Amino acid sequence: MPAAIETHALARSFKGDVVAVAGIDLEVAEGEIYAFLGPNGAGKTTTVRMLTTLLAPTGGRASVAGHDVAGEADAVRRSIGVALQEAALDPLMTGRELMLLQATLHALPRAEGRRRAEALLERVDLADAADRRVGTYSGGMRRRLDLASALVHEPAVLFLDEPTTGLDPVSRLTIWEEVQKLNDAGTTVFLTTQYLEEADRLADRVGIIDRGTMAAEDTPAALKAGIRDPRLELTIADGGADRARDVLTRFGEVAPAADGRVSVSLGGGRGQVAAIVRALDDAGLMMDSLDVVEPTLDDVFVAKTGRGLDDQRAREQEQRERSGDEQLVVEPARQ
Amino acid sequence: MRLAANARVVAALGRRSVKQTFRRPQFLAPILLFPSLLLAVNTGGAGRATEIPGFPEVAGFLDFELAGAMLQSTMLVGVSGGIALALDIEIGFLDRLVAAPISRSAMVLGRLAATAALGVVVATWFVALGLVFGARVEAGVAGVALIFVLVSLSAMAFGGLGAALALAAGRASVVQGIFPLVFVILFLSSAFFPRELMLEPAATVALYNPLSLIAEGIRAPVIAGISAGSLLEGLFGIAVVGGLGFALSALALRRRLRTG
Repeated sequence: MPAAIETHALARSFKGDVVAVAGIDLEVAEGEIYAFLGPNGAGKTTTVRMLTTLLAPTGGRASVAGHDVAGEADAVRRSIGVALQEAALDPLMTGRELMLLQATLHALPRAEGRRRAEALLERVDLADAADRRVGTYSGGMRRRLDLASALVHEPAVLFLDEPTTGLDPVSRLTIWEEVQKLNDAGTTVFLTTQYLEEADRLADRVGIIDRGTMAAEDTPAALKAGIRDPRLELTIADGGADRARDVLTRFGEVAPAADGRVSVSLGGGRGQVAAIVRALDDAGLMMDSLDVVEPTLDDVFVAKTGRGLDDQRAREQEQRERSGDEQLVVEPARQ
Repeated sequence: MRLAANARVVAALGRRSVKQTFRRPQFLAPILLFPSLLLAVNTGGAGRATEIPGFPEVAGFLDFELAGAMLQSTMLVGVSGGIALALDIEIGFLDRLVAAPISRSAMVLGRLAATAALGVVVATWFVALGLVFGARVEAGVAGVALIFVLVSLSAMAFGGLGAALALAAGRASVVQGIFPLVFVILFLSSAFFPRELMLEPAATVALYNPLSLIAEGIRAPVIAGISAGSLLEGLFGIAVVGGLGFALSALALRRRLRTG
């Protein structure tokens, strides 16, 4: 399958030798959903800005939809839809006006532009609010409008820069469903996210970026499988934990888990669970609870970078609370 | 085909900018209100200035001052357009345009088209205001048409300077900061007082200030009639301001696109 996005040693540095992206190679196939995962300041947005022709690379090369981002920028722009991190919407325009302007920017004939604008407003459930000014929209509505405006010219490749950051769970779910539908219809989606669940749920493949370099890249399942085996965590009743450990040792590596629980690795997969339960039962041990714990993308992130995404978010939250300013930006969104 | 598509984009962006101005009363009010108030204060308080020996032959001081008020208003149109463009940069709207397959110059030309349209609004307002309060346009209907053209073009020229500042600074607060400068530059021209009656060094500054040429170009149809010399001087002043504005805008846009 031909590549929808391809980069070779793509790099970008800024004044003062600030290296935002330090030479990344990636290949996204047509029809794929590719999630770019990393904390703030990792280089996600800079990469997206280069791929969408908003920022010129200072090293390497990149092509999108078969066109070089530096030499054939106009052809790239005709092939892509872009929804940026802070929904770049004019609060004084109405939703309909924005959609029609976007259609004009992409040189759609007037009647066709109107038809697509109406259809997309309907699709993202904004038809009733179409004549209201964007400034009166909720965060979720703004994101949906931004997404709709990125689709007006039916792009082959869609770039979504942190599409659900700051949204409530319901709005997040709506965006995810819409992205999935678009992908089902054949659109290649490149999305950046800080949310592990988002990458896990949507992406065919995940690239982990940290400090401007690719730390890992694969399918979510393969990334997780590459870290460690799933584990079975048990709560043994009536103080039988020591005896349980002896039994569990026969099946895999035993380790203590949180809240006094016992955990054993499932090197042979989930199929071992039944045998373990039978063995504990034969030994006369009762269980209060039992859970199979799979590695998460956060585990992958920790393993590949030495720190967790949640650690960074916690630090940011702490800083916000200390400053008493909920709007504090810890690091610039644009590197 | 490509030219037609670009013209459509410029028109669409221009329409958006005009609507934006009318939807932000805090932008529109200063454009018309401040110069109108200054016009009222000047004509009310300094009306006898026409009796000073050497003052040009005019039917009334209002006739003389109208050009200054229109010029001040067009400069404020330029500032306001610059602030609006800087706000577009701040909210990321400019990125939306950069990511679209449109000519880079269309992004700025759209805004300048809007400033030209607002120039027509300015001319309409002040000509009407002047006629209501007793001013007379000596050159008649043709003179009014000429005023509309000159005011519209000068609004576009100042729009270029506002756009250059917005693209270079990227922050609305910086563009807003030049607001007081508008008055200083304006008072150092013949917008509100004849050059011949100014003291030095203001007289010399006014002589080389292109705003004097624009003001006198707009004033001529009101107080004297259509004259090729005044018209050419006015157009020359607009060309100087506009040329500088467009050149600086192009440079600032190129730099902004390069650095992202």
